[in-house]
Formats: sequence, C-alpha cells, structure tokens
Amino acid sequence: MRLFQYERAATPEAAVADCLAEDARFIAGGTNLLDLMKLQIETPAKLVDISRLDLGAIEEAEDGGLLIGALVPNSDLAADPRIVARYEVLARALLAGASGQLRNKATTGGNLLQRTRCYYFYDRHTPCNKREPGSGCSAIGGENRILAVLGTSEHCIATHPSDMAVAMRALDATVVTLKRDGDRRRIPLGDFYRLPGDTPQIETVLEPGELITHVALPPAVDGARHVYRKVRDRASYAFALVSVAGVVRMDQGRIAAAQLAFGGLAPMPWRNAEVEAALVGQEPSPALFERAADILLADARGQGSNDFKIPLARRTLAATLRELTEAR
Amino acid sequence: MQFTVNGQRREVDVDIRTSLLDLLREHLALTGSKKGCDHGQCGACTVLVNGRRINSCLSLAVMHQDDEIVTVEGLGDPERLHPMQAAFVAHDGYQCGYCTPGQICSAVGMLGEVAAGWGSHVSPDLAAPELSTEEIAERMSGNVCRCAAYPNIRAAIAEVAEDGGLEAAPEPRRQEALA
Repeated sequence: MRLFQYERAATPEAAVADCLAEDARFIAGGTNLLDLMKLQIETPAKLVDISRLDLGAIEEAEDGGLLIGALVPNSDLAADPRIVARYEVLARALLAGASGQLRNKATTGGNLLQRTRCYYFYDRHTPCNKREPGSGCSAIGGENRILAVLGTSEHCIATHPSDMAVAMRALDATVVTLKRDGDRRRIPLGDFYRLPGDTPQIETVLEPGELITHVALPPAVDGARHVYRKVRDRASYAFALVSVAGVVRMDQGRIAAAQLAFGGLAPMPWRNAEVEAALVGQEPSPALFERAADILLADARGQGSNDFKIPLARRTLAATLRELTEAR
Repeated sequence: MQFTVNGQRREVDVDIRTSLLDLLREHLALTGSKKGCDHGQCGACTVLVNGRRINSCLSLAVMHQDDEIVTVEGLGDPERLHPMQAAFVAHDGYQCGYCTPGQICSAVGMLGEVAAGWGSHVSPDLAAPELSTEEIAERMSGNVCRCAAYPNIRAAIAEVAEDGGLEAAPEPRRQEALA
C-alpha cells in the first residue's frame, strides 16, 4: 500500500474542504477502497475519514419517502423496519450481497461507489482502460464470463457489482450530495452513473471532492409486491451473474405499475422504460414476459464466455415477473 | 495511537497504513485473529468492533481508535471458555483450526444479529427471522473453512443458540452510535 495522509473530518463541510486534491479520497467503511489500495489499483495521496460524520440516520422525508444517511451500514439499512415494510426489494438486495461482516462495515454511499470486479481491472499486469486509460481492454477477447452484455463500449465491458444500487434504481432513488462550493445536488440514480464510452475510468457524474450525504427514497408504491432475484455461481457470498429488482402492483388481474432494474448485465444498474411500458395494462402471461425480455435484450451483445447471460437474463426476468404477478 | 482491545487500553506507534488485523497480530501480539486472504474474502480475521463482526483486514487501525475491539482472546481463555468456544470443542467444529478464531467471533456476532431481529437472504419473513441450519449457513457464508468442517461448525453454533447464547452475545452497534 502506498503511503497516504490521513485526516478525520468533523463535519461534511470540513470533509469536502479536506478533499481538495484530485488524488484525495473519502473513506467510510473502506471495504472496497482498502482492498484496491492494497493492490495499488487505488493510490490516493490522502484519505479523508468521514466515518464519524453525523450521517448515520434513516429519517422520514416530508414527501412520505425516506432519507437515508450515507453512512448507514448496509446491515442496518437491510434490518430497518421501515425498509423491510415499505421497500422490501431494497432489504432483499442488500441481504443478497456480500457477507455479514462486510455488510456491517460497508456504507450506503460507499456501496453506490464500489468498483467493478472485472478480473483485468484487478490485475495490474494486464491492460485495462478503467484502471489505466488508453491501455486497452483485456476483457474483450479475454475472460469475460462475469462481464456486461448491455451498455458496453469497445473500451470497456465491466459490470457494476452492487446489488443495493439495482434495487435503488428500481425504486427511483435520488443521490443527495454536498459539493466543494457548498452547493447541494439531488441526482436521480438514473442520472448518477455514466456508461463507459471512451472514458470508462469515469463512472459517475460526481465532481472531484463531491460528497454523497444521503440517498432519498420516494414514497413507496402502495400495494406493490417486491422481489429481488439474484442468480450467482454460489448460493451465498458471490456477485450476481444476473439479478432483477422488481416492484409490481396488480389491479384486477392486470399489471397496473411495474418498476424493474437489472444487475450483472451492464456497467450500471440497468433500467429500460420500454420494458415497463410493455407490461403495464397487460395480463401476465409467458408470452408477455417473453416480449418484455425481447425489448430488454434487443441490443444485448455477448463477448463469448458471457453469451450465456442473455438467455439467463431472459429466464430470470420471466421467473421474477411470475413471482411478482402470480395470484396468492 | 490508542486502542481499547479486549477491555484494555493499549498505546502503540504504528504506520498509518496498518490494518486492524496487523495491529492486533504484529503490534499487540494477539495472534488469534488470522490472516487468510487479507482481502475480506475468507473471514479468518473476523473480530468484534463495538459488538459487531467485521473483517479486520479491510479496516485501518487508525479509524478504530475510539472503538471497543474484541478478539477471540477476549471472548474466553483455556480455563474459562466462552460458550461458543466450548461448543466448537464439543462438536469438533474444526480440523486444522486456522479459520476457527474468525468462525467463533463471527458466530458470536451473528447470534447478536439474530437476537436483534435481523433477517437474512434465506429468511421467508424478514420481520420475523428464525434460526435454522439453512439460516446459520447463509449468515456464516463470510467465513470459509478449507477443511470443510461446516456440519460441525453449524452444529456448534446451533447448540449455543439453543442454550440461550443469543442473550450472551453482545448487542450489535446500532446506527446512532455512529453519530
């Protein structure tokens, strides 16, 4: 690990003031950042410790939603009775990710910002445009079984690893930030991540030194069913090959509202409004679910060893929609 | 830097890069916690910080100066074993023993989480989880045993849970303690 300066921030304002240099990083749980620092994939000159800031609460928001502090550990978020009762898809996604130890340490803000687990991003001896811009992508034509089939570019086919972010994307969450100039921003999660294009090293719209302070959830959809379905190589403690976060409300045998987001398929939690539009107003049926999958996967492109993700996504979507719409 | 480890105040001069695991093993001579992968994948380094199980390898020591750190040495000693340690012995919950301190700290933390009502990935009802063999396996998935002593590890944990070990486990730190 490279040497770094360390400062513990007393307030969010002090934290953004401390994090001025381009090679400074905020650290909270540190479960991903320290891992990357040990491998010298991340080499910050300075760490600003934000773990003791007063951002650890989950509060009722004025609009009927919830305001989640950026430092709420993944464990606490998953166990919060309001999350379990009103946003079960989020609790389920959190509990499908990582291990008990990691969830105790990892925070809400940090989870959104975790980096890809692409093998080549982690291997400093191979080219990777995300780790070393302009060096090339070893995954294209290489080992890419776990990598993306949607939203990729010729420069990067990495997936975003988070389960939590997939559920938050389905729930229309908003990221609340504090900028260096003291301005606050509210960034819908749908606008928060960037596709790789020719700059895969830039993963979000956050400006240097911009601090996530909260994640806001809008009011829950009344009477909706929530499902998070995750397919992975092991029964526990593994990243998603494909995952689907679904929130569906039925009315008289028809789909009245549908919010669906996908993990393991793309460089960001993936959502496609056309998929949802094709479902709303319809009676659930295998043919309808196939049509939804056709729309979702119209532009999907495998890279060889990840080709299987395309039929797997089709089946996982159908299974999730069955669970969300079947009569109970 | 100053730390509270197993109820004792300790003062040491360490490099800013020192992980909590290296602090314990290399500077405080508490070698119960083990370094398996050093990347948060195996769980051999699991310790309790403010009652919560975490991977000490993925933690900077400097960030834990105000916390209560408990290692396997702090749970019990050969003359007075913690119920979880005694159960691992009784059920032969190990072969080589390398993962055992992490398994024991993790299991103690895990039972505290169950007592606090936390659900898991395999809980049918997240609001009312009940401990079962499947639940123990899921909740302990962050602790790998290369000897695959899993059946006996699960049996040891189940026995402590049945004997009321839930109450014996420390309270997990709730979020207000972060503020």
